Amino acid sequence: MTDVLEVLDVQKSFGGLQALSGCTFSVEEGTVAGLIGPNGSGKTTMFNVITGYERADSGTVRFAGRDISRSSTAAIGGGGVGRTFQLTRVFGRLTLLDNLRVGSRGVARSRRKELYSLDRCMELLEFVGLARMAGAHAGTLSYGQRKLVELAMVLAQDPKVILLDEPAGGINPKLIGQMAERIRELNQRGVTFLVVEHNMEFVMGICDVVSVMERGAVIASGKPEEIRNDPRVLDAYLGGALDDEPPPAVRAEGAAS
Amino acid sequence: MSGTGSSSPVPSTTDPGPEGATATAARAEVALVTDPLDVPWLRVARRAMISLVLVVALAFPVLFPNPATTSVAMFTLLYVAASSAWNMFSGYSGYMALGQAVFFGSGAYCLADVASHWNLHGGVGIFALVPVAGVFAALVAVPVGWISLRTRRHTFVVITIAFFFIFQLLAYNLTGLTNGSAGMALPIPPWLSDTYNNYFYFAALVVAVVAVSLSWAVRRSRFGLELFAIRDDEDRARGLGVRTGQVKLTAYVLSAFVTGMCGAVYAYYLGSIYPPFAFEAIFDVTIALMGFIGGLGSVSGPVVGALILEPVQQYLNLRVTSGGTALILFGVLFLVVIRFLPEGIVPSSASLIRDILRRRAERSSTSGTPPAVAAGAGGRARGTKFREVAP
Repeated sequence: MTDVLEVLDVQKSFGGLQALSGCTFSVEEGTVAGLIGPNGSGKTTMFNVITGYERADSGTVRFAGRDISRSSTAAIGGGGVGRTFQLTRVFGRLTLLDNLRVGSRGVARSRRKELYSLDRCMELLEFVGLARMAGAHAGTLSYGQRKLVELAMVLAQDPKVILLDEPAGGINPKLIGQMAERIRELNQRGVTFLVVEHNMEFVMGICDVVSVMERGAVIASGKPEEIRNDPRVLDAYLGGALDDEPPPAVRAEGAAS
Repeated sequence: MSGTGSSSPVPSTTDPGPEGATATAARAEVALVTDPLDVPWLRVARRAMISLVLVVALAFPVLFPNPATTSVAMFTLLYVAASSAWNMFSGYSGYMALGQAVFFGSGAYCLADVASHWNLHGGVGIFALVPVAGVFAALVAVPVGWISLRTRRHTFVVITIAFFFIFQLLAYNLTGLTNGSAGMALPIPPWLSDTYNNYFYFAALVVAVVAVSLSWAVRRSRFGLELFAIRDDEDRARGLGVRTGQVKLTAYVLSAFVTGMCGAVYAYYLGSIYPPFAFEAIFDVTIALMGFIGGLGSVSGPVVGALILEPVQQYLNLRVTSGGTALILFGVLFLVVIRFLPEGIVPSSASLIRDILRRRAERSSTSGTPPAVAAGAGGRARGTKFREVAP
């Protein structure tokens, strides 16, 4: 299997703050990869660099072998890398159907027909369980439902890789289960995922590989069970001089093992 | 748990997947709920309304031949066009431009310059130059938009105002092009005073129809959808592949094109043009007010706003001649509208109609209609209605 996403020695600082300090990792095609780490370790910044919202100071990001570190956000987003946001972002005054169609003009006509037909949009809404509300404004949905709509919006683009920023954050357990189920199902159809998440149960449940970030770099990578017992990881979360409070889920995991 | 590596990762039309059957069932419902105001009789009513407005507009100079009336009507139509053009950019994208007079003035001076350069005589032929003036205004909008659209929100508003003052100053000082504060004369048409205004009235009507049609076409297009997406969340739209810079600039330039045509007709009607008339701050504010009062983001909003405000303004100017009194009354009217119809007249009336429809549907649903139909007519409340049954 080839690496669909490669991040090589990426550096990024905001003023005096070094958000990413030589971050290197890769995501193998067809996997669900997790990216975990304490608050402020640079996970979301990494997402922003990959998707072009931030420019890396140095280093390279490759998608399907092509250097995308200088590409525009629109080119990356329309070119096969989908992402969702930590604080879910949908178009509140547009209907769900229109939310799904926002990216449709940038797509070649022949492909547009295939991707953005009413049938397929409705199937996607059905897929996330919101087909009945297709004509409702996205602003009227609950937070968890918006997360699902955002996923459907990204899926409408038919991306190769989907970056999910805290897909389970702030939504009820039932919806978390639904989200995990959808990710697994899509992955079986060949979509690659990179997931940032604090809910360890969720991460350990769906990820094939987990990478751990601390202070802007990946300090460990491996299978979930290896990561769970890696002393460096436990140190990053629980010990050391870091004043970050570890997420309660990790504490529970640590105690259990 | 490695993936299969299939080339078609997401459900597509060719691969309906196991959800196919349920999706079809849902689709039947959606056909009912997509546009709550897409009820047959309302569609007919809407079409009849548009036809009626057009017929009245065409017959207006015959019905009210008084030159004072046709003059007010002509100005109203120019404001219908300018406000629609403003709404097509600002209402749709959420970027509040307060410097549209830049394009109004550019169009006006373009016509004056072209006519004087070629020593053109007054007549119907001059109207053929109105689109040229529009194109010139659109060209001016390219650099102005390119610079100002690098900013957002309040900064954008301030920059557009700054551009307005820059252009007004240029009009005073680029004497080679504008003849400075001495102003420029335009060709005088050889028409009789009885029908003099009618030529301008119909020219303004054509510009207004072009503006409203353009606004309507944009609103229905994928391009329009991108503008609305930018209004709701620009960065999210970028992540979905929307080239927001291009989209915003295109809308801005289109809007400038129409505004420039308005300026040209206005200049020709006045017969002479001076910097403070061509580049007028009140114009910037007025077209925005019309949009707000009628309803931002809707096609008919600015039309309704202009049809109400411009005659009122002209009447107040006529009656309350003492300086700013008319403007004060104008401000009061605006406050009243903001207080009681915050979304503007058109959207507020639309939700009123939706409410009536929903109530009626609810009443009939108790006597046997399926709930989906009731919810379908419910419009606004649709979201909340379904929230209870959705997962």
